[in-house]
Amino acid sequence: MSTAEKDIFPQVDRRDLLKGTAALTVAFWLPAGKALANGGTGAVFEPNAFIRIGADGIVTVVSKHIEMGQGAYTGLATIVAEELDADWTKVRVEGAPADAKRYNNLNFGPMQGTGGSSSISNSFDQLRNAGAAARAMLVAAAAQKWSVPASEVSVVNGVVAHAKSNRSAGFGELAADAAKLPVPADAKPKDPSKYTLIGKNAARVDSRDKSTGKALFTQDVQLPGMLTAAVVHPPRFGARVKSFDATKAKAVKGVKSVVAFETPVRSGIAVLATDFWTAKKARDLVTVEWDESAAYRGSTTELYKEYRELAKKPGASAKKEGDPDAAFASAAEVLEATYEFPYLAHASMEPLNCVVRIGKQDCEVWNGEQFQTVDQLAVAKTVGLPPASVNIHMLYAGGSFGRRANPQADYVVEAAAIAKAAGVDVPVKMVWTREEDTRAGYYRPLYVHTLKAGLDKAGKIVAWQHRIVGQSIVAGTPFGGPGPIDATSVEGASNLPYAIPNLAVELHTTKNGVPVQWWRSVGSTHTAFSTECFLDDIARHTKQDPYALRKSLLTDKHPRHNAVLDLVAQKSGWSQARPKDEVWGLALHESFNSVVAQVVQLKRTSNGLKLAKVICAVDCGLAVNPNIVAMQMEGGIGYGLAAALTGAVTLKDGVVEQSNFDDYPVLRMNQMPAIDVHILPSTAKPTGVGEPGTPPIAPALANALALANGKPVRVLPLSAEGITLA
Amino acid sequence: MITLDINGKQVQTDAEPDTPLLWVLRDHLGMTGSKYGCGKALCGACTVHVNGAATRSCVLPVSAASGMKITTIEAVGDSAIGKAVQDAWVAENVPQCGYCQSGQVMSATALLTTNQKPSDADIDAAMSGNICRCATYVRIRTAIKRAAESLA
Repeated sequence: MSTAEKDIFPQVDRRDLLKGTAALTVAFWLPAGKALANGGTGAVFEPNAFIRIGADGIVTVVSKHIEMGQGAYTGLATIVAEELDADWTKVRVEGAPADAKRYNNLNFGPMQGTGGSSSISNSFDQLRNAGAAARAMLVAAAAQKWSVPASEVSVVNGVVAHAKSNRSAGFGELAADAAKLPVPADAKPKDPSKYTLIGKNAARVDSRDKSTGKALFTQDVQLPGMLTAAVVHPPRFGARVKSFDATKAKAVKGVKSVVAFETPVRSGIAVLATDFWTAKKARDLVTVEWDESAAYRGSTTELYKEYRELAKKPGASAKKEGDPDAAFASAAEVLEATYEFPYLAHASMEPLNCVVRIGKQDCEVWNGEQFQTVDQLAVAKTVGLPPASVNIHMLYAGGSFGRRANPQADYVVEAAAIAKAAGVDVPVKMVWTREEDTRAGYYRPLYVHTLKAGLDKAGKIVAWQHRIVGQSIVAGTPFGGPGPIDATSVEGASNLPYAIPNLAVELHTTKNGVPVQWWRSVGSTHTAFSTECFLDDIARHTKQDPYALRKSLLTDKHPRHNAVLDLVAQKSGWSQARPKDEVWGLALHESFNSVVAQVVQLKRTSNGLKLAKVICAVDCGLAVNPNIVAMQMEGGIGYGLAAALTGAVTLKDGVVEQSNFDDYPVLRMNQMPAIDVHILPSTAKPTGVGEPGTPPIAPALANALALANGKPVRVLPLSAEGITLA
Repeated sequence: MITLDINGKQVQTDAEPDTPLLWVLRDHLGMTGSKYGCGKALCGACTVHVNGAATRSCVLPVSAASGMKITTIEAVGDSAIGKAVQDAWVAENVPQCGYCQSGQVMSATALLTTNQKPSDADIDAAMSGNICRCATYVRIRTAIKRAAESLA
């Protein structure tokens, strides 16, 4: 671990991770006596860090992952309930406190955090073991109480029973006895053939509260004495407050204070008032003089020019196979294409916000908390307390799509810095307007790709060169590795599944003052587009069917790709004649260990081309909740479509030109296609679901448009090229 | 003091007259079901019913809401149509992050109040002012039809 990493992740030694899942799971057990003493909220049985059972029989599953729409709360609880044989209607979920030891993300820790579509995949075995151990203890408690062999005790739907003696008990009746027993080391999770909840579409735990306005988001936090802070952000990235005049703002009734704040990433002014509208009105009256000596003053038009030039030169090698130079030299024909991708804002429905209360000895944070231990440490540094004294309450997030997992903890630290600058001990709720949310940066980076393919006389691809130019998402953060290649810039390109004997993937990592961040599906947001569109270019040029070309390039090394491609072809009727008024496009992509293929069906109407339907096939391993997998595919498609159609953040002289949903349009109901999702049956361990639905939609749509319009799409969004859909 | 008729109750507020109804509901009256998303009537997260019509409360000054019958997400389930919509939302597992769904439910309820059997085009027209970044639109469409059937 580097010094910087130690600094960020102080609680966990990386060696702990290497001991493997089993060791970690055991390490999480709390002594039963202690658990009993600390039970709280009526819990009498707390066998591990993930499960509490009360005397009322309510099973509380503690989620180490945030629920931000992706269904993690339901999926994680399903795994526990399955192994417990719990009654699903008695299962509740609550967010875990920040703790890298107990709640480490086993996919990318040591740290607690949610990202990379990892919630189910990293928790699956951990929660199966946790549930199985808790069930064994309930069974042992019943066996002891009834003086019968444990092997004769059954558990079905929350009822523990001994058939021979006709006795039964609920979890609540056995909880206190179970808590006195030792935690078994050898409790075996169920055989998957016995599953009654996993794979069976358990109802989402959050549907009712989210349909009735009761679900609690950061925006909804109300605490005694709480103040609301509205902010003034700098007009350009890197500008700092030189001086400000708050005379008029302070005269507004309800305003408590106006303060300047400074964080490692942002400088600004905050107006604290009794309520948001008062704070916002007063904020509009603050005048600020900015020091722009270090401000970024570039424009996106210049960036494209610069990147196009860079793409002409060789970059750092991310992947090399065979001898691409020789293969290009001897190729019968060489095809080339350049693709351009804009900066993208996440534009979650809930504009960024965070509540912080700084006490003398402690600090509390209420937040749609995605990066617990990163945020905890960053807040601790800001307020001058040890990390363990920073208590984080994890609330629902109104979307995130990556934004709330900020390696610099930018908005969380800003809220803490404001509370500190104000010098108050009451909770301070920082609320960004939509405009601030759009303009504060941390965008999906702008990229330019060039692709080159060498074909032999028969039209077979013998050489492939892919150059990517853009900023690194992880450089300068604890997630950055050594060496010139940021894996998140080239993922999806460097692991191209197609069998091409000579291949080079190169990267130019650029630097500028625009803050960038991961955005739903990260590198695959651009690599899926350029690779899958270029492949269709080749298919059209060589007069091959796009499905057949892909099949010919997929060997038996990629059984999942083959199966998913076949499934989408079969379900869409790819090999059959299309209706005369329809044009179809196809794309296939792997991300977060899941493989997704989509067919886009465009229909010619009197108003132009209409996106009628998308057929989606996915292999995500075992689908814990197929319905939620389908929801994530639908949502991923909609999110990707919004970006493909109109998504673009542009800068001119360093100023972001977008601000709200009028100039940063997103997908609306009338633009949403019908979607059929088909999940490949699988018994393999679960893989990612939250992000993999996004990458294929833009290339599948572009491939259909290329056929319809007789012209390939090489620039996103489509609106930049004047392409609109009916 | 401004008197408001919210969910059948007379409520008084000392909010400034130019305060949008949304912020009176949320910050003065503690009714946080209606959400802030854009502040410019662009996203629909703040939708409430004013005299039965779906209205963006983020741009409606509270002074203009006086004397009107206001219904919010907190009480829309008291009506048969609102309840049917919420039940359909649960049955179809519509919400993902859920932040926009109060507004979606309010717009859908207003639609079904005036149109008992909306076509796809009717749904597009009534619902396209409500943004959902999780893109739950497919299920919103199905849920509206389910609610319509349950009420028929």
